[in-house]
Amino acid sequence: MNAVVSARGLSKRYKNAAALDSASFEIQPGRIVGLIGPNGAGKTTALKAILGLTDFQGELNVLGLDPRKQRGKLMEQVCFIADVAVLPRWIRVSEAVDFVANTHPRFDRKKCEAFLARTKLTPNLRVKQMSKGMIVQLHLALVMAIDARLLVLDEPTLGLDILYRKQFYQSLLEDYFDENKTIIVTTHQVEEVEHILTDLMFIRDGKIVLDADMDAVGERFTEVMVSAERAAEVRALKPMDERQVFGKSIFLFDGAARAQLEALGEVRRPSVSDLFVATMKGTYA
Amino acid sequence: MKTFYWLVKREFWEHRGGFLWAPVITGGVFLLLNLMGIVAGEVLGNFNAHSDFIGNNMGLLNRALSDNDATRIGVGLDFVMLSTSMFTSIVLGFVVFFYFLGALYDDRRDRSLLFWKSLPLSDTATVLSKVVAGTVLAPAIAVVCGVLTGIGMLLLFAITLSFHGVSLWHLLTYAHPFRVTANLIGAIPLYALWALPSAGWLLLCSAWARSKPFLWAAVLPVAVGMVLAWFKLMSGRIFDGGWYWHDVFARALLSVFPGTWLGQRNFVEAGGGPEHTLDFLNLGNAYSVMATPSFWIGAVAGLALLAAAIWLRRWRDDT
Repeated sequence: MNAVVSARGLSKRYKNAAALDSASFEIQPGRIVGLIGPNGAGKTTALKAILGLTDFQGELNVLGLDPRKQRGKLMEQVCFIADVAVLPRWIRVSEAVDFVANTHPRFDRKKCEAFLARTKLTPNLRVKQMSKGMIVQLHLALVMAIDARLLVLDEPTLGLDILYRKQFYQSLLEDYFDENKTIIVTTHQVEEVEHILTDLMFIRDGKIVLDADMDAVGERFTEVMVSAERAAEVRALKPMDERQVFGKSIFLFDGAARAQLEALGEVRRPSVSDLFVATMKGTYA
Repeated sequence: MKTFYWLVKREFWEHRGGFLWAPVITGGVFLLLNLMGIVAGEVLGNFNAHSDFIGNNMGLLNRALSDNDATRIGVGLDFVMLSTSMFTSIVLGFVVFFYFLGALYDDRRDRSLLFWKSLPLSDTATVLSKVVAGTVLAPAIAVVCGVLTGIGMLLLFAITLSFHGVSLWHLLTYAHPFRVTANLIGAIPLYALWALPSAGWLLLCSAWARSKPFLWAAVLPVAVGMVLAWFKLMSGRIFDGGWYWHDVFARALLSVFPGTWLGQRNFVEAGGGPEHTLDFLNLGNAYSVMATPSFWIGAVAGLALLAAAIWLRRWRDDT
């Protein structure tokens, strides 16, 4: 099957800095891709380019369309939730459903109403009367009722409490995602998306510095915990990162021989957040 | 077409306050003030004394009471009916002015733009739906409110007069409510075309400004006028400043106010006396503005400004 998104040499300069610096990547259908990077790394710019919201240099193909020129057609197949609270404050639940039902050809009203029935949202409620969590529930109900091929989520759970955050990703997985759909998500709350991602992309200074599926990440990166007296021995193997926990040292390796490390200490798969911290070391320095 | 209908409906939902409640409340307040004036007049026995209180309606009523000339009473009543529409028209002008100024700016500021842009809506349809909402829907609602208030006012006056021995139904036949209504409704297409340069300019500023669209919309034309005036001062006669203020400045900012197409010229042509007021305001007279080249140049310039606004809407993001 063809890639859902394929980018080659994607660049975008703002006045003083490069937001995207010749980034190239491909996203296959049926994946959940986490685009993770520090603030100002170019995540949002990349998403905006995919959504046709900004101009850029280079080649970009989304679902076989050029987002710069065929945006109207593209948006029938693509949905996005950019941040919480971008729903207009004046709109009522019933108005939002009516409007999307009558302007989006792939919207399923029954589905949307079923999702809304599970929440406390009532038809006459206005967005300005809702809490952040409720706004996201409404937005998610609207988006999940659209049979789109690509869903883009830009910090969708920012500022929500843990109950809403868990519910958000759970609904996405249980009621929305299938092998014909693709989800791209950016977030700083890496721990929460870690277990649902199939692919991981790290972006730093406008460049893709890591692009792998989760299985490959598990094979490539290893973490080993050793006692203090053996630390020097491990350090000689050139780990990419080192930290101390309760008098023990934890080392992170990229592509080291697993057997060799197992002889030294307890070996495990690193968490995405530890990997992220190690990869992005020195970003703000 | 269905999408466009819903786009216009969305504008109505968002701006129900300005489009619907503003003219309704204006009409209501107007009726109430006149009722208060009439009550005061009945109690004190002098309508003229209250003419300052609510414009000259009470004066008209006083004249109608003392005048036996059916035509003049009829004109007076027509004028009473029109006066309500004048008030709703002025309110409409302000509503539409600020509506256009915010139409492509507010959703960028509160970032709801990102929601609208997540739907398969073209920027052209979005901008045009806003033009239609401001130049057709809003004036149509204002006319309905104005006419209903006018009829209410007419009945109020007729009932008052009937207490003074003038037959109510007789009186109503003097007035021309249908003609007045037809004039108002017929003026909507003229308004839509006339308002185009203002709609275009205000929407362009609204789509362009990163902050304070009002300053851009108002200060830029004033500054240009000042520079032109300075050149005129320096060189004598390169530019005629009057032309600029009348044909550019006023058209770009004030054409959203209904009736600004009428000038002194039209009034004189219509006869110039108070009894010709209705002729002055009638459609043929109003539409005569369409014969002037500046009307069409304005409309074309308006369309060009709209095209620029659509382009900006496509590429300006929320940052």
